[in-house]
Amino acid sequence: MISFDHVGKHYAGRRVLDDVSLTIERGSFVALVGASGAGKTTLLKTINRLVEIDTGAIAIEGRDIAAQPVAELRRRIGYVFQGIGLFPHMSVAENVALVPRLQGMPREERAARVAELLDLVALPADLAARHPAQLSGGQAQRVGFARALAARPAIMLMDEPFGALDPVTRDELGAAYRALHDVMGLTSLIVTHDMAEALLLADRVIVIGEGRILADQPPRALIHGAGDPRIEAMIAVARRSAARLDALAAGR
Amino acid sequence: MIGGSTGWAELAGLAQAHLLLSGCAVILAVLAGVPLAIAAAHGRRMRGPLLAVVGLMQTIPGLALLALFYPLLLVLGRASGLAIPALGFLPALLALCVYALLPILRNGVAAIDAIDPALREAADGVGMTRRQKLWLVELPLGAPVILAGIRTAAVWTIGTATLATTIGQPSLGDLIFSGLQTEDWQRVLIGCFAAAALALLVDAILAIVESGLKAGSRPRLAAGLAVLLLAVAAAFAPLPRGEAARTGSVIVIGAKNFSEQYILAEAIEQRLRASGYRTARRDNLGSAIAYRALAAGDIAVYVDYSGTLWSNVLGRTDTPPADVMLRRLGRDLAARDGVRLLGALGFENAYTFAMKRGRAQALGIATLDDLARAAPRLRLASDLEFLSRPEWRAVQARYHPVFADQRSYSPTFMYRALADGSADVISAFSSDGRIAAMDLVTIADPRAALPHYDAVLLLSRRAAADAGLVAALRPLVGAIDIDRMRTANWMVDRDVAKRSPAQAARWLLDGKVAGAR
Repeated sequence: MISFDHVGKHYAGRRVLDDVSLTIERGSFVALVGASGAGKTTLLKTINRLVEIDTGAIAIEGRDIAAQPVAELRRRIGYVFQGIGLFPHMSVAENVALVPRLQGMPREERAARVAELLDLVALPADLAARHPAQLSGGQAQRVGFARALAARPAIMLMDEPFGALDPVTRDELGAAYRALHDVMGLTSLIVTHDMAEALLLADRVIVIGEGRILADQPPRALIHGAGDPRIEAMIAVARRSAARLDALAAGR
Repeated sequence: MIGGSTGWAELAGLAQAHLLLSGCAVILAVLAGVPLAIAAAHGRRMRGPLLAVVGLMQTIPGLALLALFYPLLLVLGRASGLAIPALGFLPALLALCVYALLPILRNGVAAIDAIDPALREAADGVGMTRRQKLWLVELPLGAPVILAGIRTAAVWTIGTATLATTIGQPSLGDLIFSGLQTEDWQRVLIGCFAAAALALLVDAILAIVESGLKAGSRPRLAAGLAVLLLAVAAAFAPLPRGEAARTGSVIVIGAKNFSEQYILAEAIEQRLRASGYRTARRDNLGSAIAYRALAAGDIAVYVDYSGTLWSNVLGRTDTPPADVMLRRLGRDLAARDGVRLLGALGFENAYTFAMKRGRAQALGIATLDDLARAAPRLRLASDLEFLSRPEWRAVQARYHPVFADQRSYSPTFMYRALADGSADVISAFSSDGRIAAMDLVTIADPRAALPHYDAVLLLSRRAAADAGLVAALRPLVGAIDIDRMRTANWMVDRDVAKRSPAQAARWLLDGKVAGAR
């Protein structure tokens, strides 16, 4: 369980997070949605302390994260982001095995773990020896997921993880991750500005605007009436595209 | 012999000293520069000031930077009570290291700055500590750019190390400086080519290492590093040095940077060796450095000139008669620094003004009064230091000459300027062989503005206490008159039938000094 207790954050006098209180149950799949600059990425990064909060407190399983050594905290939390950030001077295997290596896992065990992880993200084993420059965008982000999962984290933080991928790959990878989430019993948080992606992937959608929570509902409830015109607009866009595609297919 | 007066053994010895000096300087600069670059790349607040200071030091001309370390180390040595050598290897090393710092620092900062922010985020995201981020991400990714900086630094340093000669550290610059002074162009070219070849070689080796790093190719990296190691080994390998073997006590003879000084240092060396002493040379010392080096005991003996000591060392502005000046110098230098003035050699090398004979006669110039009158139509060429010396101020104060144009040259080019008509008057030295050879006239100084410059033998405190050494050198006192010195100088300076300073010294000693061979 991750709990936010009156969390606040300023950047140069601007309020990015404004008194956010929130509880995320273990095993849930939460999407954080909102316009650019709404504070959704900031909120996500407070959990692994890539962003340090100014006020309030965040606890994981009841333990205040501010009191934990930051490197160890981060190694226990998977992190995937749009930039992917595979290290170009390391092979795929070295990238994937990085966190176990930082944690001091012996070399032989790491090799076995790499094979297991590549299999998990549906990549062929012979990719292990390649360097990131030799991968396609989709393959690279699969490696990114494998690296994040390597230390068997309970929590996965994803910041626009599919943002740089083409739509087909994006859809494929989204579905693949959702399956992993269910099988491994992860607690997942994903930041996206794509309302359709949020509605279709997550169990719970939290809409953020100007540093506050505008809505916090399961997808089905949100789609049936959010009560806030800004959210209505976001949902309307997603629904209209779907309707237009249906109409096109039906030849009307 | 490779050519002229330069032998293979000499070249190898100098190249090795050169490589050792530049290698140590670059290694030191890397050890200091890379951590500084890392600190500057991370600490935005210290970056600006740090780069500004290092950049500023870079703008100090190499020669000046080298010379500045001499007094600095002297003061340090005196303040700390430690025996810090102020001449030779240490100051050269420090100055070159300061020079090498800028490219290493700049590239280091740029290398770390250039790392993709996504990789920094990933490094933080996977839970790397600061140190892990540095060693696993920043340094491996920045290595090619950092190495490019080291390459630049290495090439600069090998080039600049030729200047180390001026503070008494042997380098390939020895060939260039002494060749320039004696107009031995072959020697100059050999020095230049050797330094350039060394720079290109080291650059090529580092290029292999760099390309190995970039391509992530282990064999290429290993090959580059192996050759580099070989070069380092070559810098340290003992060379067969023969008589210059560095064991036991060696008498170090100093010389400033012109032919007469080389000849006299050779003469001293030949006398001392004939008496069984081992000797070493520190050539091309700056005028102010030479005396301080003697006072500090870094050199044992050299020849200086009474007027120079009078004004520069004792800070006097009056011009007493020659014998009074010599007596006072002998007393004051001994009392102040323990330096012994053994005696005058028998000739003067005074500042004087010289013109072509025909031109002087046509303009009716015989004295400095005449010269001052004609000055507005004349161009003066001086050596590099004359216009900032008290002698020139004294001439200005007593004769008020205002020349149409004043330029400074290294002595060789100053005579060329007079010969080809780019100048009408030069500041000459009275013992210069070119005065007779070029048929120049010297201008009389009726108001005694210019002091006397008797060549005198100076001994350090320790050398003066060595009776055998004093006995070996005493026969030189009063033994060299102006005509012989001019002839010896001309042997070395002329273009045809050139002699080496050693040959000229032998001629100078032959028959003139008992016991010399």
